[in-house]
Amino acid sequence: MEETIKFYQTGTFTVGNRLLKEDQRSVQADMHRTNSLNSGHRACQGCGEALGARYAIDAAMQATGNQLIAVNATGCLEVFSTPYPETSWQIPWIHSLFGNAAAVASGVAAAQRALGRTDVRVIAQGGDGGTTDIGFGCLSGMFERNDDVLYICYDNEAYMNTGVQRSSATPPAARTATTPAVGPSPGNVFGTGKNVPRIAMAHRIPYVATASVSNLRDLERKVKNAMEIHGARYVHIFVPCPLGWGSAPEDTIKIARLAVETGLFPLFEAHDGEVTASTPIRHKVPVTEYLKIQKRYAHLFGKSPDHGRIGLIQKMADHNIAKYGLLN
Amino acid sequence: MLKQTEGSHAVAEAVALCRPQVICAYPITPQTHIVEGLGEMVKAGELTNCEFINVESEFAAMSVAIGASAAGVRTYTATSSQGLLFMAEAVYNAAGLGLPIVMTIGNRAIGAPINIWNDHSDSMSMRDAGWIQLFAETNQEALDLHIQAFRLAEELSCPVMVCMDGFILTHAYDRVDVPTQEQVDAYLPPYQPRQILDTADPVSIGALVGPEAFTEVRYLQHHKQLRALGLIPQLAAAFRERFGRDSGGLIRSYRAEDAETIVVALGSVNGTVQEVVDEMRSEGSLIGSVSICSFRPFPLAVLREALQHAKRVVVLEKCLAVGLGGIVSDGVRKSLSSIVLNGYTVIAGLGGRAITRASLRRLFEDAERDELEQVTFLDLNADVVSYELERESKARRTGPTAEAILRRIGTVASGIG
Amino acid sequence: MFQIRIHGRGGQGVVSGAEMLSVAAFLEGRYAQAFPSFGSERMGAPVMAFCRIDDKEIRLREPVLAPDALIIQDPTLLHQVDLFNGVPKRGYILINSTRSFDELGLGGFARGVQQYRMCTVPATDLALKHVGRSVPNVPLLAGFAAVTGVIALPSLVAAIRQKFPAALAEKNVGAATEAFEIASRAKETIDA
Repeated sequence: MEETIKFYQTGTFTVGNRLLKEDQRSVQADMHRTNSLNSGHRACQGCGEALGARYAIDAAMQATGNQLIAVNATGCLEVFSTPYPETSWQIPWIHSLFGNAAAVASGVAAAQRALGRTDVRVIAQGGDGGTTDIGFGCLSGMFERNDDVLYICYDNEAYMNTGVQRSSATPPAARTATTPAVGPSPGNVFGTGKNVPRIAMAHRIPYVATASVSNLRDLERKVKNAMEIHGARYVHIFVPCPLGWGSAPEDTIKIARLAVETGLFPLFEAHDGEVTASTPIRHKVPVTEYLKIQKRYAHLFGKSPDHGRIGLIQKMADHNIAKYGLLN
Repeated sequence: MLKQTEGSHAVAEAVALCRPQVICAYPITPQTHIVEGLGEMVKAGELTNCEFINVESEFAAMSVAIGASAAGVRTYTATSSQGLLFMAEAVYNAAGLGLPIVMTIGNRAIGAPINIWNDHSDSMSMRDAGWIQLFAETNQEALDLHIQAFRLAEELSCPVMVCMDGFILTHAYDRVDVPTQEQVDAYLPPYQPRQILDTADPVSIGALVGPEAFTEVRYLQHHKQLRALGLIPQLAAAFRERFGRDSGGLIRSYRAEDAETIVVALGSVNGTVQEVVDEMRSEGSLIGSVSICSFRPFPLAVLREALQHAKRVVVLEKCLAVGLGGIVSDGVRKSLSSIVLNGYTVIAGLGGRAITRASLRRLFEDAERDELEQVTFLDLNADVVSYELERESKARRTGPTAEAILRRIGTVASGIG
Repeated sequence: MFQIRIHGRGGQGVVSGAEMLSVAAFLEGRYAQAFPSFGSERMGAPVMAFCRIDDKEIRLREPVLAPDALIIQDPTLLHQVDLFNGVPKRGYILINSTRSFDELGLGGFARGVQQYRMCTVPATDLALKHVGRSVPNVPLLAGFAAVTGVIALPSLVAAIRQKFPAALAEKNVGAATEAFEIASRAKETIDA
């Protein structure tokens, strides 16, 4: 007998997967999931990146019949997943440098072509620092050549592994070690920053998507969509960092959900440079709900809240909602 | 087969014969013709099972090479000068990871001031990165060394750079003997990686290594190069057997066995040196020369053997350790440790300045009379230098130095040498 | 060893001229070395190329400072660049021009102490006539062959055929042949 399953019921793994047909269940619910990023790594409690990576790579493995090679940029993920002499990776994996993951991946992909291994696919992954700044040149080169690589950026909005310094992905007003909350313009400067998903789209690569650890099913789906396509692909995943953001480790998924529901982090997919789908917001939330539970924005609140800056951030959120049609 | 062709093209043919599987490079004078040649071969279908990637920077070139090599395929790239510096991080990375990439360096000076002509400063900047560095004296040797390089790199799991003088060799038309595919296949077996990104047998490559193990990893790299001191002559001997000519090896002596004055140099200048040696020998001088082919690993023992009987050694270098003097001289001095003889460093050919027979003749004669300074800059225009020093001592805001000198020298369009 | 130095401007085929010369010598079973001297890499800038021909391996790597033969592809260089630097007594000098030595301002030079063996070849005209392009290198090389005898015309023709695609090669061969004839007639006067 067919039964309509409500969204909130399928939103968790314990209940939702059991109620779904097997082929609709999440990869993580599968007993035969590869655990590509196995337990034992040294990530912080509540690390959004570890969560995102586990889901993303296992989804890619399932989509490729376990024929995947991963190239990792220097950063938290690389460091906490390979504490010498251990590794938590159960797939072929290489770490070269900070800024060259996309190029190394292009090389690995070229090697597979030279070997006639059309079944083996390649993922390059890195944090926002390694992607939007130092790795930008190589990223653009890989996009421009349309190399058969899926690049995954785990965006925690700063250089976390080196002590929380500002990157071009750091949002305005956020406090970091190099954009301290002092002076007339505390935190990161407004009017700076790069929107790499849109830059990826400007390269007209076959697939670009944004995803979040607040919606892990959606994340898996997007990675699987990506793996069905050949050519350059980019998935940008929002991953809160409790340590860097000054948030509670147990709030990681909540914060990620708030980022989506405020409109600050829109979820969408794009094919060949045009947005083809976006995830609507069910209940719009004011940005203050999102900002106030992160110490990196603490200077906006307190005895005399910075309504000006909060207002500017709200405008950014509203702009995204309008641009992507998130409230229709 | 004998051909009259450009050095770059000879190298491209040699690399193609080695059955590379991934070629990636970024254009920079004077390496461009090598890569263009290979690109054409791939596109025309002459070079099969080979992916040719046009990368967006030298850093990307070496990175793509790292990925391809780690995935188990024979990989090649080429660069010069600024390009080598731009990929410096990746150059060290490749050596540290033990990837047998072969790279041609079309030796060119490093700026500032920007200069497209030949000297050895580029290769020298990477001398401690862990790559094997071989220097070619002629276009034939450049061709041959690439074939030896792939075998050397793969046997040791260590990257190798083959250095050839930009313009002087890369852009010179010369007679070369290009081997057949059969000959090369018999000498160079298919690549069997020590480590490989393989979905059937996953490994993690590129771990963080702390104080507890870093020294051992580095020691093993060093040890590998020391083993190369034995392997390089072996491969050169095997090459002679297979191809019928002498190419490569650690060093090559020319009329040095009974020489009182021995000139040591790297690369193409050795040809001119040998001409002058012959001239002076015919007039009774006891002079000879040694060409260093393997600069890394540095052949301390064989060099000592070749030089120890001399009264004086003149090291002719196309590079400069700013603030110290010679770079090659350091190695040569070390090879002669505890041996007393007169050592002279001559810095010559920087930025492509021609090294003429006449200048070398005067230099070697001065050396024979022990009338040389410790460090000599060959053909230095002392006039220009003292004028500039004088000018700079008089005021603070004297403007950029290079431009001031150029203004004084005037137009160079008419210059021959 | 016979040394040649070629002067011209970027775009006039100076470098490929030297290369063809070396190929011609190679085809005769000799050793040859050809290399450029780059200035700035742009059209119109003065460029030089060198060629050495010998019966044994050529080890020398310096520029050609004392050319046994000088080839001047662009006479506008005559009063700008010190072209004749190093040319020995009785050295050959070939100039691309339809004018006489006196008209070029070289009269005194031509009849001077150095007894240069000078010859003009209307190379640009011949190139335009046979090939339809004003690149004067091939006719001058043919003139060189005629006047010095260092390479034979058939060798040069073979080198031309190696360098250019078939149709273009034959046109160049035509230009070379006529240049060779013109220069051969001048040879007796020169050698005197």
